[in-house]
Amino acid sequence: MLQIHGWQIRLPSNLTRFVLFALLSVSLMLLDARGHQLERIRAGLTVLFAPIQLVAAIPIRVGGWVVDFVRGDRALQEEAERLRAERPILMAKLERYDALEAENAHLRELLGTSALVAEKAVAAELLEVASEPFRRTLIIAKGAKDDLYVGQPVIDAYGIRGQVSEVGVLQSKVILITDPGHAIPVQVNRNGLRAIAFGTGAPDSVSIRYLTASADIKVGDLLVSSGIGGGFPFGYPVARVAKIVNNPNESFLDISATPVAQLSNNREVMLIWPTKAALTPPPKPAEDKKPAPAKKPVVKPAPEVKKPVESAAPKPATPAPATPEAQPKVTPPAIEPAGTPAAMPTP
Amino acid sequence: MSLSVGARSRLIIAGTFLVALVLTILPWPVWTEQFRPSWVALVLVYWCMAIPGRVGVGTGWTAGIILDVLYGSTLGENALALALIAFLTVRFHLQLRMFPRWQQAVVVLLLVAANNLLLLWIKHLSGQAPATWGYLTPSIVSMLIWPWLFVILRDIRRHGNVS
Repeated sequence: MLQIHGWQIRLPSNLTRFVLFALLSVSLMLLDARGHQLERIRAGLTVLFAPIQLVAAIPIRVGGWVVDFVRGDRALQEEAERLRAERPILMAKLERYDALEAENAHLRELLGTSALVAEKAVAAELLEVASEPFRRTLIIAKGAKDDLYVGQPVIDAYGIRGQVSEVGVLQSKVILITDPGHAIPVQVNRNGLRAIAFGTGAPDSVSIRYLTASADIKVGDLLVSSGIGGGFPFGYPVARVAKIVNNPNESFLDISATPVAQLSNNREVMLIWPTKAALTPPPKPAEDKKPAPAKKPVVKPAPEVKKPVESAAPKPATPAPATPEAQPKVTPPAIEPAGTPAAMPTP
Repeated sequence: MSLSVGARSRLIIAGTFLVALVLTILPWPVWTEQFRPSWVALVLVYWCMAIPGRVGVGTGWTAGIILDVLYGSTLGENALALALIAFLTVRFHLQLRMFPRWQQAVVVLLLVAANNLLLLWIKHLSGQAPATWGYLTPSIVSMLIWPWLFVILRDIRRHGNVS
């Protein structure tokens, strides 16, 4: 019994309270999963409870200081030495990369597609806190003020780590490619065979599903992002095939691959802002056996339907409306050199 | 201290929950994942059993919402799971108090397992369930930790005169 100003109010029973709170939880979950109405509330709550995360991150941070302190000068000097030795090699590679990029741009110009455009990249510090059990997520100390957006690719020096799944005020959540709720479109670097890499929750493997026994994929194959779906830019390493099990009872191969990025490295990640042009996959995957489909600049790999208009090759830059596949190509008209299609020789 | 009994009790209870939350998101190596006890659930079970008049479904729900925010999981899933075990504990708190310690631990195992199964089920609905049985091992670890945690929390309750 509760007495307020002489009124007697009976407190709800245990069961009533549970039912009420359960209903509240369910409606919250539905709102959160289906819509985006709760984003502001969540952002506010995240700021409110950020101190808990900061406290939890203290041990690792202190541990890092201790390690740095104990390692001392000699180890640091060795590391500097190693980095100094590494630098010229990387610089040389980078020079070649510039040349290749220029060549690539030139070739794409000849094909009438837009060239890959340089991207902005920013390093983001991690907040070292545990993710939910069996989810693979990170929290980074960057938020809406740094122009982050949901779906933004997150990489490190070796490959793709994941994508931003939630942008907060001061910090954002990154979902790794190994998270059970994540999938990324990939292709085999060797032959352009396309697949999807699903996270399983295991910390160091992704599974490649829906490839049949006849698929040309081998242990050791590098899988790179295919750029399909428009989230990730084309060509970043994702994983290396580690095991292929062909069970005749199953319709698909059971393939597991090891992510190339150092997912357990808890220092820094890179955020990239791919430009529209970079998101476009290359015009021709090797897997269609069609002769010279590369000649067609507009039509994306899949549709053979549009092939008959062979003579209309120079035209393609314009007919966007009819083909939904042509969409990504048309979006970056600014980057496309205006004269190119006309200058192209008719096959 | 000049705080009233109620205010001091509330502060102490909130403090234990905060410690539990910090322990929950403390960054252990990944392989320890399946052995991490459900700290918040354990603390909640203790308080619901000891002082059901003060700590109950609402407290569990609030702690769950905080956990959801910290984890970045769907808002409400941990809240629902913790509200459920708070409800069950308050419902059976008289029996629980009578049980010997090991029997309490078995009940704790069941409660935490119910918590985790409910979470797994919710995650399955949204297609984010992990493909592993590891989801159930935390309940066993929670059971093993219970007797020690019980003693610690009981001492805190007696020293702080929490009621």
